[in-house]
Amino acid sequence: MLEIKNLHVKLEEEDKQILKGVNLTVEAGKVHAIMGPNGSGKSTLSYVLSGREGYEVTEGSATLEGEELLEMEPEERAAAGLFLAFQYPVEIPGVGNMTFLRTAVNAQRKARGEEEMSAAEFLKVVREKAKALKIDADMLKRPVNMGFSGGEKKRNEILQMAMLEPKMCILDETDSGLDVDAMKLVSEGVNALRDEGRAFLVITHYQRLLDHITPDVVHIMAGGRIVKTGGPELALEVERNGYADIMSEAV
Amino acid sequence: MMARAQAKQDALSARIAALALPEGLRPARDAALARLSGMGLPLRREEYWIYTDPARLNAAEPPALAAEGEADFFAALDRARIVFTDGAFDAAASDDLAQAGVEIETLSDAASRDIHWVRDFYGSLETQGQTPVARPFAALNTAFAADGVVIRVTAEATRPVELVYRSTGTVSDPILHHCVKVEGGAALTLLEVGFAGARYNTTLEVDVADGGRFNHIRTQGRAHERVANTHLFARVGAEAVFKSFTLSANGILTRNEAVIELAGAAGVAHIAGAAIGEAGFHHDDTVFITHGAPGCESRQVYKKVLKNGAVGVFQGKILVRQVAQKTDGYQISQSLLLDDDSQFLAKPELEIYADDVKCSHGSTSGAIDETGLFYLRSRGVPEAEARVLLVLAFLAEALQEIEDETIAEEIRSRLESWLL
Repeated sequence: MLEIKNLHVKLEEEDKQILKGVNLTVEAGKVHAIMGPNGSGKSTLSYVLSGREGYEVTEGSATLEGEELLEMEPEERAAAGLFLAFQYPVEIPGVGNMTFLRTAVNAQRKARGEEEMSAAEFLKVVREKAKALKIDADMLKRPVNMGFSGGEKKRNEILQMAMLEPKMCILDETDSGLDVDAMKLVSEGVNALRDEGRAFLVITHYQRLLDHITPDVVHIMAGGRIVKTGGPELALEVERNGYADIMSEAV
Repeated sequence: MMARAQAKQDALSARIAALALPEGLRPARDAALARLSGMGLPLRREEYWIYTDPARLNAAEPPALAAEGEADFFAALDRARIVFTDGAFDAAASDDLAQAGVEIETLSDAASRDIHWVRDFYGSLETQGQTPVARPFAALNTAFAADGVVIRVTAEATRPVELVYRSTGTVSDPILHHCVKVEGGAALTLLEVGFAGARYNTTLEVDVADGGRFNHIRTQGRAHERVANTHLFARVGAEAVFKSFTLSANGILTRNEAVIELAGAAGVAHIAGAAIGEAGFHHDDTVFITHGAPGCESRQVYKKVLKNGAVGVFQGKILVRQVAQKTDGYQISQSLLLDDDSQFLAKPELEIYADDVKCSHGSTSGAIDETGLFYLRSRGVPEAEARVLLVLAFLAEALQEIEDETIAEEIRSRLESWLL
C-alpha cells in the first residue's frame, strides 16, 4: 500500500535535516504504529506524506499503490486515498462542518470520476457515522472545529475519515488530549474502518492508544530514522523501559 | 483658506455647469442647491475624503463605459420590477406599479402632481444628514435628480419591489433620488440592482415609522470602470427595524454613504456590505449611525476582499446621544488581502454621551489562512475551490445580515461564480 524508501527531508526555510533515510512498507489490511520520542521526525513524516508546505524532500520516494505521492498536490493525494488525521485539527470560521464534509466527499468523488453524492444520501450517511462517534447535530452545524473540545476535534477527524473512506490512513498523535472515554470512541471509530483493503499508520508517543487499536507492526523512530521494528510487544517494551534502551541498542 | 474655499466653489461650478434644475419639487431643489453652494465640492485630502480621492466624482465628464450585460438578479423571486434605463423610468420594461398596501409612483409623476408627503419629505433626511458632516454629493443629488421612485407603504407588502438599473451606454451620468415612507407597522423589502450608468449618483431616503420594517438589498453592478456614488438616509422609529445589505464587485470607484438615525426607543438598524474587487477597484463605505433614543440596537458589518492592488475604505461612526441609554452598538470592518499590493484603510469611531451602553468595534486586515487552506486541500478540496470557500467564509458574517434565505443564497452563489 504505502512504500517509503530512503526518505530524506529538510526544512525549507533552514538547513535542518529532519528525516534522514526513512524506509517503511505498510501492507494493505495492516496497522503499523510509529512510536518515538519528541523531535524524532514522526509528525514531519505525516506532514510530508500529506503534502504540507515548508518541507523539502532531498532524497528518496514515497508511493501509494505504486504512485509517487511526493509529486502530487495535497488534494491529489487525498483523492488517491491518503488521509491524515491531524494532531491539531484546524478551526475554520465561517465554513459549516457539514458543508466542509460534503465539499470534501464530492471533490474526491469528482477527482476519481465518480458521481457526486446527493444531498439526501450524504445526510443519511453522515448522520449514521456521526452517531457512532457521538457527534451531535449541533457539532455538524457549527463551523469546522470551532468551539470543539480537544476530544470533539479528534472525533471530527475520525468522522471525516469515515466519510472519505481512504485507503491509507495516517493518525498523527490522535490520542493527544483525549480522555479515556474519548480514546475509546476514537479507537472504536478506527477499528470499525479496519478492512483488508485499508491500511493504517498510527503515530503516537504512548502505548495506551495501542491498547485499543492493536497494531500488526510497531516501529520505533529516532533521529529521523526507523531504528527498530517489531510486533506489538515492542510497544510494551517502550512503555516499560522508555526509549533510551532501544535507542542505545540501535546505535 | 480662501483659496481652498474658492477651489471648492470652482469644482462645484465645473461639475454643475451643464446641469439644469428639473421642474417640480422646486422649493426642495432650490434649497438643496443653496446647501450645495454653501458647501462646494470636496477636495482631495479633506477630512472626510482622506482615503478616497473625489476627483472622479467632481469631474465634469463621466468615464466612458460600454454597457455590460449581466444575468438578471433575483429571477427566482416574485417581485415588482421598476426599471430605469439610462437613468429614466422605463414603463414598458417595468411591472404594473399597483400593489396592495404599497403606493408607488415615479418621482417625476409625484412632483408634477405635488403629492404633499413627497413635497415635505423629499430632501428632508438628506438635509438632516448634512450635519455634523457635509455630504455635498447628496445635496447635488436632491437638487438635480432627474427621476426616481416614491413609495409609501401602508401595510405589509406582499412582494419585494425591485429597482432595476440598466445602462445602454448612451447616457452615462444619471442622478436618481428615491423616497420611501414605511408607515407604522408596515413592511417592505426593496431591491436595487445593477448600475445606472458609467457614473451614477443615487440617494435613497427612508423613513420607517414606529413598528415598521424595511429591508434593503442592493447589488451594484460589476462593470470595471463604473463610478458609483450613493447615499442612504434613514430615520428609524420606535421598535422599527431597518436593514440594508450591499453587494459590490468591481467598479473603479464606489463611495457608499449611509446616515441612519435611530429616533425611537428600541429601534433596530443593521447595515452590512460585502465587496470584492481587484486592481483599480476602490471601494469606500462611509457610515454614520446615531443612537438618538434608548434601547436601540445597531450593527455595521463590512467585509472586503481585495486583490491586485485594490483599495478598501471604511469610515464608520456610532454616535450615542445622552438620551440613548441601553444602546447596543456593534461595528466590524474587515478586509481579506489576497496579496501584498492591496490595502485597507479604516477609521472606526465611537462618540458616546450616555453612560449605560454596550458598544464594540473592530477592524482587521488579514491574509488567507494557509493552515485552513492546507486542511481543506488535505481533505481533497482543490486549491482554487478551497480558496473560494475560505473567501466566502470570510464574507459570511456580512451575508448573514440578509434575512431572506432565497436572496442570501443567490448572493452567495453569485459571489462563488465570480470568485471561481
